[in-house]
Amino acid sequence: MTEALEGKGRLDRQIVALRVAKEFQDGNIVNLGVGIPMLACNFIPAGREVIFHSENGVLGFGEVTLPGEGDLDLVNAGGQTVHRQPGMCFFGHDESFAIVRGGHLDISVMGAYQVSEKGDLANYMIPERQVGTIGGAMDLAFGAKRLIVAMNHTTKNGEPRIVKECTYLLTAPECVDLIVTDIAVVEVSSRGLVLKEVAPGWTPEEVQELTGPKMIIDPECHEIELM
Amino acid sequence: MPINKIVDSFDEAVADIEDGAVILVGGFGTVVSAPSCLLEAVYRKGVKNLTTVSNTSGFGADVWRMQGAPFPEDMDILVRNERIKRAIVSAPVSALYVNNFEKLLRAGKVEIEMVPQGTLAERVRAAKAGLGGVYVPTGIGTVVEKGKEKKVIDGREYLLELPIKGDFALIHAHKGDRWGNLVYRGTSRTFNPTMAGAARVTIAEVDEIVELGELDPEAIVTPGVYVDRVVARPKVAPAQEAEITDAQALESAAKTRTEVEETIRRAKERGLRHD
Repeated sequence: MTEALEGKGRLDRQIVALRVAKEFQDGNIVNLGVGIPMLACNFIPAGREVIFHSENGVLGFGEVTLPGEGDLDLVNAGGQTVHRQPGMCFFGHDESFAIVRGGHLDISVMGAYQVSEKGDLANYMIPERQVGTIGGAMDLAFGAKRLIVAMNHTTKNGEPRIVKECTYLLTAPECVDLIVTDIAVVEVSSRGLVLKEVAPGWTPEEVQELTGPKMIIDPECHEIELM
Repeated sequence: MPINKIVDSFDEAVADIEDGAVILVGGFGTVVSAPSCLLEAVYRKGVKNLTTVSNTSGFGADVWRMQGAPFPEDMDILVRNERIKRAIVSAPVSALYVNNFEKLLRAGKVEIEMVPQGTLAERVRAAKAGLGGVYVPTGIGTVVEKGKEKKVIDGREYLLELPIKGDFALIHAHKGDRWGNLVYRGTSRTFNPTMAGAARVTIAEVDEIVELGELDPEAIVTPGVYVDRVVARPKVAPAQEAEITDAQALESAAKTRTEVEETIRRAKERGLRHD
């Protein structure tokens, strides 16, 4: 990539999470993966009621607490303590994944190493270490009605993470619906990838330069709206 | 004679676990959901060549001491002391740092079968329920499908996943009675009720033993029929070493704290915080 693009400002983790949270509609049941996605539970758009599910057997938990201030028996999938909320409930692991696999989740948000043009997801094998952790990611990718990926647009070395074909082991084929990155929002459609939004200061052409496959630039493509 | 599944000590509870046993270990990954004292007792007994079935391979006691957990040992006590021959596990390594399990894996000192978390839960549940297996969609089109029978049901492709039965299941519950009825606390339920009854012998470590009849029958999560032994944690927590030596744990905790503080600040700034 060009030097000029390398130095350009990108959205930070909280802003990416904030953008992800805008996708949560009133009444949605949402699972948030470890990393940027987990932050999104703190940014539910005002006036919407959203129920969060976590693999470790809980529905309806609240925002994260400061470390040390929460109940260790009330944590999200990343082990962060969260607030108790009216309506929340607990269950065992088989029930938790019946919810996931059985199609009862509206949205799953997770991180990724690569997403392909067709929406193939690679997010469990750590590329540089050749080991990995499947965890709940495969079940979520197979089970959720809508899958949103939140990730950096490029690797530390500037290589695109949105690629023609994934070179890393797949978590699931053709499962991603929307990609929110630190410079863009990209929809996976039957026509191909559609660039919907760009970060402030970025042009669609610049985003394309850092993206593997050719994207369709939505005629309505605009700057990422955060509120 | 009254039924009494209560045993007096953790060492007594695990006395018949032998070398090479298949052990299901409950919990999610957080130490408060794990059968911490039972794991320590298994370590003390000195058994080796174990096959373990668990969600993670542990994080190490320092991570949990920093959080103030009174019983800080997790799966890592069996990992770092090289007691495991084969691990059936869903989340064996950390993206953030190289854990002890990954070190053993690189050294060729442990075999691994990595299983999607929901499939792990269902394979264990299948053993408990006396099923010969379950058809699962998860893993189609990935390395997970390798060597497995496929079947199309109602137009969708599934993999046949076989049951995982343990010799022993070690689980942690909040309260238990002498019949083995159990209740849990919050998100520390996770794999514990799923694993109860999926082994020849299920041993429940509980925070508190209560009189028969004290647990509300409407609220009992694990019926005593699945449980063979119940052992209580000591009332007073053992003294903890104050010094934390695990640099990775310290660094990771500091990083998490900074991110949570920043996130809360930003949510407040936008009027999205409710506390």
